[in-house]
Amino acid sequence: MVNPAAGAATARTGPVYDDTVVRNFALAAVLWGVVGMLVGVVIAAQLTWPELTFGIPWLSYGRLRPLHTNAVIFAFGGCALFASSYYVVQRTCQVQLFLPKLAKFTFWGWQLVILLAAVSLPLGFTQGKEYAELEWPIDILIAVVWVAYAVVFFGTLGTRKVRHIYVANWFFGAFILTVALLHIVNSAAIPVSMTKSYSVYAGVQDAMVQWWYGHNAVGFFLTAGFLGMMYYFIPKQAERPVYSYRLSIVHFWALIFTYMWAGPHHLHYTALPDWAQSVGMVFSLVLLAPSWGGMINGIMTLSGAWHKLRDDPILKFLIVSLSFYGMSTFEGPMMSIKTVNALSHYTDWTVGHVHSGALGWVGLVSMGTLYYLIPRMFGRTKMFSTRAIELHFWIATIGIVLYIAAMWIAGVMQGLMWRATHPDGTLVYSFVESVKATYPFYVIRLLGGLLYLSGMLVMAWNVVKTATSGNYQPLPIPAVAAHA
Amino acid sequence: MDILYLLIPMSILGVFAILGVFAWALHLGQFDDLEREGERILSSDAALDADQDARRPGL
Repeated sequence: MVNPAAGAATARTGPVYDDTVVRNFALAAVLWGVVGMLVGVVIAAQLTWPELTFGIPWLSYGRLRPLHTNAVIFAFGGCALFASSYYVVQRTCQVQLFLPKLAKFTFWGWQLVILLAAVSLPLGFTQGKEYAELEWPIDILIAVVWVAYAVVFFGTLGTRKVRHIYVANWFFGAFILTVALLHIVNSAAIPVSMTKSYSVYAGVQDAMVQWWYGHNAVGFFLTAGFLGMMYYFIPKQAERPVYSYRLSIVHFWALIFTYMWAGPHHLHYTALPDWAQSVGMVFSLVLLAPSWGGMINGIMTLSGAWHKLRDDPILKFLIVSLSFYGMSTFEGPMMSIKTVNALSHYTDWTVGHVHSGALGWVGLVSMGTLYYLIPRMFGRTKMFSTRAIELHFWIATIGIVLYIAAMWIAGVMQGLMWRATHPDGTLVYSFVESVKATYPFYVIRLLGGLLYLSGMLVMAWNVVKTATSGNYQPLPIPAVAAHA
Repeated sequence: MDILYLLIPMSILGVFAILGVFAWALHLGQFDDLEREGERILSSDAALDADQDARRPGL
């Protein structure tokens, strides 16, 4: 609370939280969510109807697919992470953002990165590295923005008024530092012009660096960052402390100790040395333990208050996101086992696995967080329409189930068809027969994607209504209660 | 696989860095009173949310 001696007037003149940048990132996350998911639906439709975009090169699948992944991961997910980390670090440290102008720079810098990606990818400029397609000038801009982000975040932590660093900040901090390291190592390239460069690594070396980056990006961008969200917003929305704070600390250290070497499971049965593949598999299997520890910890936060799930759609988003986190962190280690991977690799099962994590875990936890944040950024405690949140939840969940079930069936079927041989060793099926057999599942996947996008449009409407009917007033930072 | 001469030492350095940060946090007493810390985020802001509601009745 405000210092009682100073009286109510101080509430308006004393230090306030720097929420403008949080609000901007939260709104940007919703906008980019709609755009990124729309592009996803377009490319799903292209797989169903290959001639959909009349052969226009800028709209070809190969160019729009990286646009989709960059938009949903780095634009939607990235903005949600910026918004929530800036919000959480201020609240849990009870201090303003360190260097607010630099925080503002991270907002506009990140939007510039997104716009440059949206222009350069359809034009065909790419480094050809999955999730790291952007060409070198944009890579440098990303590095600059990211360093500024680290300065703001760790500067805020360093000036904190609360002695204890809340667990969510550990997750956000690890995410920021690791992504900086991954980005700089993997994007090392020799430019030959403004729009073309060559990686400094070659052949299998390049593949190893790429998937060292790629899987750690999943681990630290798409997992650690969003776990930071989970550990703050689930307790806040449920109005209960996390089930076991001790377990959350164990979860953090166990996860970051074991993550680094899971990447080689992307390169099973390739030119990568066998032992390196096995190391990747073993580390992937070990990851099941901290992942499930964290999932159980999050879900059990509702222990004794399960009834809240019935009436509160925001909690539904957050809790169901954790169940998808649990599912995909079980599925992932299983798929990293070499014998399972021999069936699943290069099939749509992988696509289904990624989307159970992306739509189910990252998407739902971000949406739940944004539904908590956005009204508070406009001086309200609730979104304009709670029923619209409920509607969004159900449309999105049905969409995810359709999507991943279709991809599971398609993937296992493709794997079995590709490996089927006659006794004389010749293939039973040609490749195109497996494509034909997959067609109905591509239609179902498109339907699932359409539902998920519709949910996002409902959210966008709700956000506009909330923003236009709210009126934000700066929030005073409460004086710190005596510690311990 | 020369690249492993970069990636493996980097991971080992990373593990030592993580150990260092963990030791630092432990030494600072960050993990001394864990169960209490989980509840703090609820108490510190609760008053605040209520405060904002009071200023904007009806929302």
